[in-house]
Amino acid sequence: MVERQSPLEPEFHVGSHGNFEHGVEILLTETRPGSIVQVAAWPGEEKKLISAIRTVAGLALPDGAGGGVSDGVKSVFGFAPGKFTVADEAEGLAAAFARVVTPAIGTVTDLSHGRTAIRIAGPKAEWVLAKFFAIDFALPAFPIGAGRSTTHHDIFVQIQRTGADQFDIYVFRSFARSFWKALCHASEEVGYEVQ
Amino acid sequence: MLITCPYCGPRDVIEFTYQGDGNRERPDPASQNFEAWNAYVYDRLNPAGDHNEIWQHSGGCRAHLKVVRNTLTHEISSVVFTRGDHGRGDHGSAARGKAEDKS
Repeated sequence: MVERQSPLEPEFHVGSHGNFEHGVEILLTETRPGSIVQVAAWPGEEKKLISAIRTVAGLALPDGAGGGVSDGVKSVFGFAPGKFTVADEAEGLAAAFARVVTPAIGTVTDLSHGRTAIRIAGPKAEWVLAKFFAIDFALPAFPIGAGRSTTHHDIFVQIQRTGADQFDIYVFRSFARSFWKALCHASEEVGYEVQ
Repeated sequence: MLITCPYCGPRDVIEFTYQGDGNRERPDPASQNFEAWNAYVYDRLNPAGDHNEIWQHSGGCRAHLKVVRNTLTHEISSVVFTRGDHGRGDHGSAARGKAEDKS
């Protein structure tokens, strides 16, 4: 298998940066999932798609708009009515979904090479993300596992909360380096570490 | 101005794209009724008050929404999906009634 190159490479500097004399309050990593897949159900077929997600990924989606769940290896969240993003550390998720999600149920789109997944963690994660996105990051409004689709500077992103102070951000690959640089600048004031 | 998307919750207007007047009724594409086409293309209620509008949450779930917005106060009194399966609501029949009463 050909090794996939990171679009962040020229700007990805491992180590502590910014104002970290009093401690590092942000941890930035690229999670590099092997598979990022978008699945969408035709109207009325949502339940079949949710059951297909359970079959293929072994993840049970909670009810409600934007609901999601992550087991640390695989993640899924709703980002629009009847549409879900599924990520897996392993490759081959799109092929597995294509076998189960028939054309009568919905569509499968392989975005593994089209998105870059950036993880921001730490006590100031909400603070830093609030500089980019006009959404409520407080835990009651944005529970663990839930997903949100929103924009930063008119560029679309999807965000999943994978911990009390941890978020996975899915950005367009072609915008990933620009977003990464902006994220680093925004994290400077609190001190950040790239791993 | 905040629009409460039925899927995403309250979001800033910057995430939305205006898709036009929600009162228009498109004639049958085969129709040769020029008055109906003229009305579809040009006639607008232009109310000072509640107005039926179509918006798309282009910076979010990308759903198309029927919105009733007050043109004087920007108050949003109703937001439902245009696709009936996902949301119910009589898009602006009340608003349309009011607007037509005034005209």
